[in-house]
Amino acid sequence: MSKPPASPPRACWTRDGGRVVLELSGDWRRGGVEPRMEGTPPQGAPDAYVADALGDFDSTLPAFLLARIRAAETTSPSLDGLPPDLRGLMELALAVPEESEAREKPAETSEIRKLGTHTIGAWAGVKSVIEFSGQAMLSLGRFLTGRARFRRGEFWLIVQQCGVDALPIVSLISFLIGLIMAFVGNVQLANFGASLYVADLVGIAMVREMGVVMTAIIMSGRTGAAFAAHIGSMKANQEIDALRTFGFDPFDFLVLPRMLALVLMMPLLTMYANAIGILGGMLVGSAVGIPPSLYWYETLTIVTMENAFLGVFKSVFFGIVIAMSGCMQGMHAGNSSAAVGHATTRAVVASITAIIILDSAFAAIFTILDI
Amino acid sequence: MPETSTHPPAKAKITVRDLTMAYGPFVVMRDLNFEVAEKEIFVIMGGSGCGKSTLLRHLIGLQEPAQGSILYEGEDFTATLPAERGRFIRRFGVMYQSGALWSSLTLAENIAMPLEEHTKLKPRAIRDLVFYKLALVGLSGYEDYYPAQLSGGMNKRAGIARAMALDPDILFLDEPGAGLDPLSSRRLDDLILQLRDSLGSTIVMVTHELESIFAIADNSIFLDTATRTQGATGRPTWLRDHSENPAVRQFLSRGGETEPLPTIRS
Repeated sequence: MSKPPASPPRACWTRDGGRVVLELSGDWRRGGVEPRMEGTPPQGAPDAYVADALGDFDSTLPAFLLARIRAAETTSPSLDGLPPDLRGLMELALAVPEESEAREKPAETSEIRKLGTHTIGAWAGVKSVIEFSGQAMLSLGRFLTGRARFRRGEFWLIVQQCGVDALPIVSLISFLIGLIMAFVGNVQLANFGASLYVADLVGIAMVREMGVVMTAIIMSGRTGAAFAAHIGSMKANQEIDALRTFGFDPFDFLVLPRMLALVLMMPLLTMYANAIGILGGMLVGSAVGIPPSLYWYETLTIVTMENAFLGVFKSVFFGIVIAMSGCMQGMHAGNSSAAVGHATTRAVVASITAIIILDSAFAAIFTILDI
Repeated sequence: MPETSTHPPAKAKITVRDLTMAYGPFVVMRDLNFEVAEKEIFVIMGGSGCGKSTLLRHLIGLQEPAQGSILYEGEDFTATLPAERGRFIRRFGVMYQSGALWSSLTLAENIAMPLEEHTKLKPRAIRDLVFYKLALVGLSGYEDYYPAQLSGGMNKRAGIARAMALDPDILFLDEPGAGLDPLSSRRLDDLILQLRDSLGSTIVMVTHELESIFAIADNSIFLDTATRTQGATGRPTWLRDHSENPAVRQFLSRGGETEPLPTIRS
């Protein structure tokens, strides 16, 4: 398409008696030169237009005119003198009056108000956690009495996703953790000629703390995030509303199977992680001259059933925490794709924080109980 | 075909030749042949699931044809490597079925983004343009709202405003009228006509709102689900009365031609 050379756009305000006339000329195009303004713009909108010398135009011209009319806040602006096509566009743009109610008032930003807003927000957060826990408990009650309805097939799929499918990453991480602890421990213990106690160090640390905590952190990043994203996008897509209207309790249908699956899988994964971690330590042990059979014997003397049980016991609670925070953030997500992203972030942060705090609490309790 | 268009024969903006669309081995539509003339309002019609939106996705390059080609002003679009399609795509404006606004941006930011990216306009000029585009679709005052805070119909209209942001040469609209109230729908028809007349845009839309098809369409293609190819092309009002394909006549008269539907009202 060949265009004739553009002439510079110009807008000139003139007074004709009591009337304000806006003279438009030239080509108003986006890529072209800036329009030149002449004369003094009045307070109000122009009463008439002269557009005899107006050339080609794109949306920049009606946008310019509309901004003048809106600024003047007139209810019935005159469009006299505009060419018919431009007039048509302006009429369309002015057809629906501006929704001034819709414009948001600037929020008040005094520090006291901010503090209050944050406090109310924090309290609402606490309340929603309590409410969610309560609903989860009720849902568990319905499950135990056989009244909860969810799809068994989906439950086993979730079990697979948060169990078997997590094995590779859990193996890698716990193997390396065992390896690292053995290395670092050996450097210190070798000073005392007590390298054999590397087995005790790795064994105790794995079964009591590292195995379960690392598994929980992996699972909150892997499975907790997936729960939040899945349920959050279901919410955004009104699928949860659809469940409700068909008489399904979204708690029984979505939260319960996820919680059960994690409570079932976390102890198993933890036991697995402990074993793999000890194997990692054993590898380092044999590298520094401890025969595997001796290493194994030393591990068995210190890792008692009681010790091994503590980590597995904690894993049940961590599983509940991961499933709850994932599902809760998903259920409370807003209905847009950005909100799903926020929900996922919050789910992971909340569950990792809760896991560490809970672990400290367990450590204190076990110390007091002397186990 | 003088009876198919009120406009003098214009050169073809879009030419589709022997287009076959498929998802893997599943053929959606085969042997589509049609032309869209410059400054024409062209409608893609057909029953649900017949491949209307798929055809639109092919036209804008989101999907590759299984066979055949699409030409813009004689230049082969399908033969151009996807990486070099920018010069075609910059002339397109596309409105997606549900608006597809970016949810982390406000309406104003949604419309301003293409302007900031592709033009050298000053912030003030961009703001004026954003206000104007939103005013055109009747959403003045909602500049600072996020898409999630507005209704589906409003999102749809904002999607149209965004599609128009760069004054596109060709505007593709995927079911623009669906879900709008009668007044908004009517205003939308006016807007489309006005855009064509004043800015000279070519408009390709998927729709099955018969009222708006008859009111504004210059030309159309009917995709026939039964034969998996085009049922007819031409001006919808003419097709309704004269098409040789009964499926086309039935579609355009809401099935009322063959046997009257039972009426509930007296």
